[in-house]
Amino acid sequence: MTSTLDINGKAVAVKADPQTPLLWVLRDELGLTGTKFGCGMAQCGACTVHVNGEPMRSCVTPIAALAGARIATIESLGGQHPLQQAWVKHDVPQCGYCQSGQIMSAAALLAQTKSPSDEDIDNAMSGNICRCGTYQRIRAAIKDAAGLTGAPMVAADAAKPAASNEVDDEIAAASGSTGREKGQ
Amino acid sequence: MNRLIQKLQRQEGVSRRDVVVGATLVGGALLVGCSPADLMSAGSKVEPGAFGPFIQFDPDGAVTVLSKHIEFGQGNHAGLAAIVAEELDADWSRIKVVHAPANAKLYGNTTAGIQLTGGSSAISNSWEQLRKAGAGARAMFVQAAATRWNLPVGQITVKDGVVGHASGKSAGFGELIAEAANVTPPENPTLKDPKTFTLIGTDRVRRKDSLIKSNGSARYTQDVQLPDMLVAVVAHAPRFGATVKSFDADDAKKVAGVVDVYEIPTGIAVVADTTYAARMGREALKIEWDEGKVETRGSATIAQQWRDIAAGKGPADLKWQAFDSKGDAAAASAGKGAGVFETTYDFPYLAHATMEPMNCVAIVSGNKVKLIHGSQAQTLDQMNAAKIVKTLPGSVEIETLFAGGSFGRRANFPSDYVAECVTIAQKVGQGRPVKLVWTREDDMRAGYYRPLVHHAVRVTLDKDGYPATWRHRIVTQSIMKGSPMPSKGPDQTAIEGTAGSPYLKATPIVDAQLALPEGGVPVLWWRSVGATHNAFVMEHTIDQLALKAGKDPVEYRRALYAKAGAQRHLAALNLAVEKAGPRPAAGFARGVAVHESFGSVVAQVAEVKLVGGEPRVGRVVTAIDCGVAVSPDQVAAQMEGGTCYGLSAALYGEITLTDGRVDQSNFDTYRVLRMNEAPTVETYIVPSGNPPSGVGEPGTPVIAPAVANALLALSKTPTSRLPFVRAEA
Repeated sequence: MTSTLDINGKAVAVKADPQTPLLWVLRDELGLTGTKFGCGMAQCGACTVHVNGEPMRSCVTPIAALAGARIATIESLGGQHPLQQAWVKHDVPQCGYCQSGQIMSAAALLAQTKSPSDEDIDNAMSGNICRCGTYQRIRAAIKDAAGLTGAPMVAADAAKPAASNEVDDEIAAASGSTGREKGQ
Repeated sequence: MNRLIQKLQRQEGVSRRDVVVGATLVGGALLVGCSPADLMSAGSKVEPGAFGPFIQFDPDGAVTVLSKHIEFGQGNHAGLAAIVAEELDADWSRIKVVHAPANAKLYGNTTAGIQLTGGSSAISNSWEQLRKAGAGARAMFVQAAATRWNLPVGQITVKDGVVGHASGKSAGFGELIAEAANVTPPENPTLKDPKTFTLIGTDRVRRKDSLIKSNGSARYTQDVQLPDMLVAVVAHAPRFGATVKSFDADDAKKVAGVVDVYEIPTGIAVVADTTYAARMGREALKIEWDEGKVETRGSATIAQQWRDIAAGKGPADLKWQAFDSKGDAAAASAGKGAGVFETTYDFPYLAHATMEPMNCVAIVSGNKVKLIHGSQAQTLDQMNAAKIVKTLPGSVEIETLFAGGSFGRRANFPSDYVAECVTIAQKVGQGRPVKLVWTREDDMRAGYYRPLVHHAVRVTLDKDGYPATWRHRIVTQSIMKGSPMPSKGPDQTAIEGTAGSPYLKATPIVDAQLALPEGGVPVLWWRSVGATHNAFVMEHTIDQLALKAGKDPVEYRRALYAKAGAQRHLAALNLAVEKAGPRPAAGFARGVAVHESFGSVVAQVAEVKLVGGEPRVGRVVTAIDCGVAVSPDQVAAQMEGGTCYGLSAALYGEITLTDGRVDQSNFDTYRVLRMNEAPTVETYIVPSGNPPSGVGEPGTPVIAPAVANALLALSKTPTSRLPFVRAEA
């Protein structure tokens, strides 16, 4: 049996059983592995894609429900989306496994809410689990991508270590007494 | 992850050689007369290049650093590359990092002798090794340029990957590769004076993988697609210790896409063309389990047994092992009345619950094995795979991939999920790749949890309100039992953090003992290992003692650190308190905790309030002394992430069992921290000239006692049981 899906702007013929969740069609049949398997029951958000612009958990969405729908995956963002640039600038990812889903949820948020508040971010992002605990940088990156942050974060090649006058050890200058808080 | 390395170092009477040979016996191969590393590498085709095992140069001048350590979030690849780049004077923007192949001889953890990422040791065990590797390669390029230009070596400079001379002559690394490769590598290259570091310790040391982890292209085990590959899922027993009695696979084999069904030691494996088909096939299986030897206790029963043991009502043959004890033990049990403080603590089983459930790709062709997965302990995985296919560990090739988290889960003595995959791939045979996929439910119910732990503490205070005697009992299942490294002393993974505590050092009489009853639930190290409970017990007890003594908890700690000579604890505490400022945000109460683990000291000031009866953590001010901070940004990232990981467990984490069956199965029943519950962590690094110490784990264990101490300040109610938020009271 063949179905036709609209994925990342292309009509794609797929062979899978119509009850197969979109996630497994994307990953196993189409090789679009940026969308991740985390829980299989819409609890963690790692599988988030856009369906007609809305964030959707692909792990519980059978392809039978998607006829005529516009489906977009992380691969459709291209790598230079403002959120992706902000993710790199803030070094958001740790293990990275949840980040496709995080970015897709954030992209849907920004598409609808240009200047999200902390509460907006909480509401849009609390369905996406990050076990590495990158939440604070995700929040900062979303605000940055939305143009909400004031001073830019330290550029990757510009920073010098903060000199320390608290200890006289010679290596201390290299290590630095470095305070940082990426959350705001 | 684990304290395996520290464990190996501490074991009295167990040499590194004993350890590795013991481990090799587990792998099934006994070879006498070779060095341990030779033995582990036997059959391996991995050879170092001209510039050693850690550095390769491309003709275009790009530099590739081979990391012996897996990157599963810790940021170690940034730090390891920076160490090389610093001594090499490479152009940081042209450094790449890849996972090294499996070879204990070339890529063994220098403190353990086997290839393994754990014990927060990636940077610390590589520090000297990679500085020398970078400096050695630099010296080879300098010599090559001096020879080419007929100039004295001392006049050659290297900066940002360009070798040059004051006369204007210059050449990139790429142009000099052939000549440099012919230079004899120096045995003891001159290392930089740390004062001249231009990269290490700066915010230029940033992750190399952020882009590929933001555009979906980073490759994890789950993403591996190979021609002709099959996907396997396994039906596991509902209780630990059960085996297959009988099964009916007729319906499973009728599912479209299912290729075959096998009985394996851990259950029934279904192999199929796709993940979905394999899962549908598994649902159609009918299995009868032999439960003759299963763990039938519930977690409440186990916890009660642990409490009984601590109260002296355990089995007569259960041995108690003393640690850190001094003075008249009887005095620690004596005394009554107002000066006596007594309490107990209960900690649940915890699942690692990595974002990427356990998985592995294996290809078995005859006696050759190739593994493609997020291997945390390559040498153990090699040994366990070799045992299954009856070959030498070196004949097991491993392509290490990024892993979607581990927190210790991906390294265990039997390589549980790897062994399962190899077993299936061997049955499939013919060199056909098999990807084993565990669902979230498989992963959460597979055991290897942080053990269930009970502590009983009794302290008497002297006339000034400081501990005069300290009686401590710890009851838990042993993580190290059954390991190739049998413990002669007390299992350090159970006591670390109580053992070695400055508070015990400051107490004249200590009677501390450990009991390790048996259990059928597989247990394992879990990010920060023993510190996960010992930090809580010590730090929350201290605040309760301070309250009893009528003293400020920060001043109380300062006095005890002075008594114990714990200068690093004092410095971290002072920095965190100073940066926190005079008062918390409106509506919040503060709690402080300080703990040393993996060679680093972390102090936190946490601001907490109650929202709907649940603790909500706002600002967390963190100070860490981790020696030289190679990447201050990634140290901060680990403090942020480690705090969230520890807070998630403290607030919600609990695996329970009913009659031996795990009650939780997915994130709906195993609640974890989410965006709206996440704190804002500020990180301050204590200036230090010491070599780097651990960063990945030390940020995890401090937040739970800091929150408990804030709640104590808020309500005068101590916490005697985690998690704070429980499904039922």
